[in-house]
Amino acid sequence: MRVLIDENKCCGAGQCVLIAPRVFDQRDDGIVILLDQAPPKELHAAVREAACVCPGAAIALEERE
Amino acid sequence: MSCIEVKPMSADLIAPLTMTRTCPHAPPAEHRRLRAEAPVARVKLPNGLTVWAVTAHEHIRTILSDPRFSSNRRDPGFPYLTRERPPSSDLKRMLLELDPPEHGQARRSVLGEFTLQRIRALGPRIQQIVDEHIDAMLAGPRPVDLVQAFSLPVPSLVICELLGVPYADHEFFQTRSATLVNQNAAPEEVGRVVGELMTYLGNLVAAKAQNPTDDLLGRQIARQRESGEVDYQDLVSMAFLLLIAGHETTANMISLTTLVLLQQPDKLAALQRAPAKTLAAVEELLRYFTIAEQALGRVAIADVEIGGVLIRAGEGVLLLANTGNRDPEVFTDADELDLERGSRNHLAFGFGPHQCLGQNLARLELQIVIDTLFRRIPGLRPAVPEDELSFKVDATVYGIREFPVTW
Repeated sequence: MRVLIDENKCCGAGQCVLIAPRVFDQRDDGIVILLDQAPPKELHAAVREAACVCPGAAIALEERE
Repeated sequence: MSCIEVKPMSADLIAPLTMTRTCPHAPPAEHRRLRAEAPVARVKLPNGLTVWAVTAHEHIRTILSDPRFSSNRRDPGFPYLTRERPPSSDLKRMLLELDPPEHGQARRSVLGEFTLQRIRALGPRIQQIVDEHIDAMLAGPRPVDLVQAFSLPVPSLVICELLGVPYADHEFFQTRSATLVNQNAAPEEVGRVVGELMTYLGNLVAAKAQNPTDDLLGRQIARQRESGEVDYQDLVSMAFLLLIAGHETTANMISLTTLVLLQQPDKLAALQRAPAKTLAAVEELLRYFTIAEQALGRVAIADVEIGGVLIRAGEGVLLLANTGNRDPEVFTDADELDLERGSRNHLAFGFGPHQCLGQNLARLELQIVIDTLFRRIPGLRPAVPEDELSFKVDATVYGIREFPVTW
């Protein structure tokens, strides 16, 4: 899995940080920071959830089987 | 749930739509019927307005993410639920009324105050406020109205301290907040209350500009000064929104949460055995009550097709998030309160770029309340049967007016 973020779409709801704190963080101004663009398998479910609930659709996932 | 009656729907496409909850928390049966049969439907509201009602989770998310649906409440096509059109006011357009690109800029100017890290830092102070109010309840007479003793003052104090609004004035803005979300309030009264709040906040902002304070408003003033001129109208509008939003939301969630957990002691006991599950429970309670549903409207500014239905520019849209949050396509046994459901994919905070700015503050307050209230008052129970409680069925934010409790 590869994670891509779009800072311009981020509206700083902070849900990704709540759901997957090892993959996402927030800058002081609230905008998302990507901590791990290729997270390990055990975090994939949380990252998918974070992408799904992101209100700004700022998280995109590239998944390969 | 046995109290939900589904009557056959008429072929008339412009069906009258009531907004009154039943059961008492569930969406009206006709909203569910719409979701099943016409998830994007032309409806007539009790005030005579004809609007689109959107009831499917997927379509609500789509519309709230689409910039072709405007948040401008002052647009003549914007739907309202009050009997009469809300009065015009001099209040500068608030964050929740803005569209791109102004909205993004305005939101980003205050976003840093609501990061998860900043909100978590408020935890110890919120815990202290919760404990002090419980101390006062325990030392006072029984029964007591939980709303006045606890549900309202706790979030009120928290938002006042965050913003830098003197809590000593709480009666002034608590009563005015209540008027602003009361859909039966006369437009003249709403206009007067908006004016009073604007004057109050205008004076407060001016005082803070004179004597800088380390609170949200003080920091916004400093921030604006750094980048040029201080826009007082902008700060009043921001303070207005955050103050109102901080009052009528978490307070109602605290009362409703307390009621439902006291009614379902097995669920409360399970939570108390595993406090690590409280945050997931908060998420489910938010979904289950979806108290701010009636605040979710948009107006189309272009012709847009949603779910095979054409919504034309200028037409108003109501997003019925309470029904969307019980959409069986998204939630299994959606009418059940399942505190271990673990789904965050709900619409209680809205969706899209306007999604609730204070959501992590709300989560934290509810988490601390749940972890503290029932532990410190183990015998807590409603002092009247549920059918004697008065629910805010005519308010923009659902809740309980008065909740007598004892222990």
